Amino acid sequence: MSIILDKVDYVYSADSAYEIRALNKISLTIEDGAFIGIIGHTGSGKSTLIQHLNGLLKATSGGIYFNGRDIYEPDYDLSRLRMQVGLVFQYPEHQLFATTVFDDVCFGPMNQGLDKNEAGLRAFEALKNVGMAEEVYYQSPFHLSGGQKRRVAIAGVLAMKPEVLILDEPTAGLDPKGRDEILDLIADMHQKLGITVILVSHSMEDVAKYVQRIIVMNDGSVLYDGTPKEVFSHYRELEAVSLAAPQVTYLMHELRAAGIVADDGATTVEEAKESILKAFGRKGSV
Amino acid sequence: MIRDITIGQYYPADSVIHRLDPRVKLMGALLYMVSLFLFQGLAGLLLITVFLAACIGLSKVPLSYMVRGLRAIVALLVFTSVFHLFLTPGEHVLFRFGIVSITMEGVANAVFMLFRLIYLIVGTSIMTLATTPNALTDGLEKALRPLEKIRVPVHAIAMMMSIALRFIPILIEEVDLIMKAQMARGADFENGSLIKRVKNMIPLLVPLFVSAFRRADDLAMAMEARCYVGGAGRTKMKPLRYAKRDYVAYLILAAYLAGVIALRAV
Ligand SMILES: Nc1ncnc2c1ncn2[C@@H]1O[C@H](COP(=O)(O)OP(=O)(O)OP(=O)(O)O)[C@@H](O)[C@H]1O
Ligand SMILES: [Mg+2]
Repeated sequence: MSIILDKVDYVYSADSAYEIRALNKISLTIEDGAFIGIIGHTGSGKSTLIQHLNGLLKATSGGIYFNGRDIYEPDYDLSRLRMQVGLVFQYPEHQLFATTVFDDVCFGPMNQGLDKNEAGLRAFEALKNVGMAEEVYYQSPFHLSGGQKRRVAIAGVLAMKPEVLILDEPTAGLDPKGRDEILDLIADMHQKLGITVILVSHSMEDVAKYVQRIIVMNDGSVLYDGTPKEVFSHYRELEAVSLAAPQVTYLMHELRAAGIVADDGATTVEEAKESILKAFGRKGSV
Repeated sequence: MIRDITIGQYYPADSVIHRLDPRVKLMGALLYMVSLFLFQGLAGLLLITVFLAACIGLSKVPLSYMVRGLRAIVALLVFTSVFHLFLTPGEHVLFRFGIVSITMEGVANAVFMLFRLIYLIVGTSIMTLATTPNALTDGLEKALRPLEKIRVPVHAIAMMMSIALRFIPILIEEVDLIMKAQMARGADFENGSLIKRVKNMIPLLVPLFVSAFRRADDLAMAMEARCYVGGAGRTKMKPLRYAKRDYVAYLILAAYLAGVIALRAV
């Protein structure tokens, strides 16, 4: 049970003067239950990559295998794939359309062929999962705040009960509080529902705190692929492609260079705290 | 998919045609169209061909771009030429089959019509390919300026045109994105009965209108914030001024039109 990409290439506007090579020989394996972060600067091909995972874009060359089956086989049911691999687009709140929050969330399950009751149940559960208060269920989605709209949009995908949930920059344009709330929510869903989560982001800090594996994209290729610790150990190379490791990485490298700590692999503030405390031979809170 | 639609797509290049004043190009396109319907006989066609070839050569736009527009009207081309071929009465009958007959005049008509249509598309596409939409509306605004005397809001019309042109690619992109997002939620835009398909458009159209209104609102606000109050007393950063090449172009155009008319008499 996994998604395998085999040398996937994608070219936008092929055979024209505006041809753009967005993906270049991408080979990846995404295991079940993983929590993966994809980072890369603007235009590195992140959004293009994830649109391949549910068959919205068809690779110019290369193959994609979902649970062992080639999704480009002529008789493969792409609409089912799209429900198994839920994709939340960037600024998903711009895609809300129904007259009530509840109806909008029901849209996905209804398309799956569920009846009204069952779809309603799914919607209810999904809205609860994203922490929406019940009193807004029957309001117009257009009257909610930006962060709330985004939750509703995420619920709209969750209600289809996907096995894999992909979110394209779910925190774009939110304030720090809204950002943390959404990220906590996603981490929570990964834990509680046991689904595979792929999180696309610009921010190393966001990603480092939550994911188990980071894929760094650059110019349509995978530059690094590994645990946050492995990836951030290349912090100098990351800078060369206009990305940066989290601030604590820099701090820890400085501290190690100064001979204060032995291990500079911390990627979150928590881990850094631990190793600094360890270095001073103490335990507990500061 | 939907992105492949191109409307008046500009092809950036550095050529004499690109540098010409947009008013000259507008006038040129107009005269060219007139000439297409004025010409008679092979000599006229030859002159037009030479003129068109010269323009294409000077514009440095690959021929494939101009021909692209033809693909959309292949059906029309076939249709009109077949009509002319069979339905033109004449004396020199080449071929008769029951009530259907093909005459010498019919062949000539069909061929000329075919050339007219192809030349029309290719010729006018030179103008849109070699002029930015902004320059085009600027040119139009200036050319129509005299109409302001009779209270035609020329500036407002030109401004609306340039904003509309600017928004076409943005909206196309938006449609593409919303379609994909709804497809990710299982929406189906391709199958089903007509009524069902129309109903399926709601999840596309509502967000599209919402976003179009939001964009329009933002734009209006941004324009007002920069003190835009309409055309009165407004000057241009790059005012249109005729250069020497523009006058030369007008002369060539005049000579060309005169030539086409003169060749009618031959
Ligand atoms: N629909 C499209 N048509 C043509 N080119 C496109 C299209 N979408 C993206 N591109 C191009 O493909 C490349 C990769 O774009 P993509 O959207 O995947 O980048 P991204 O990593 O998601 O960037 P961002 O962080 O800004 O969202 C870019 O060069 C972009 O200009
Ligand atoms: Mg993107």
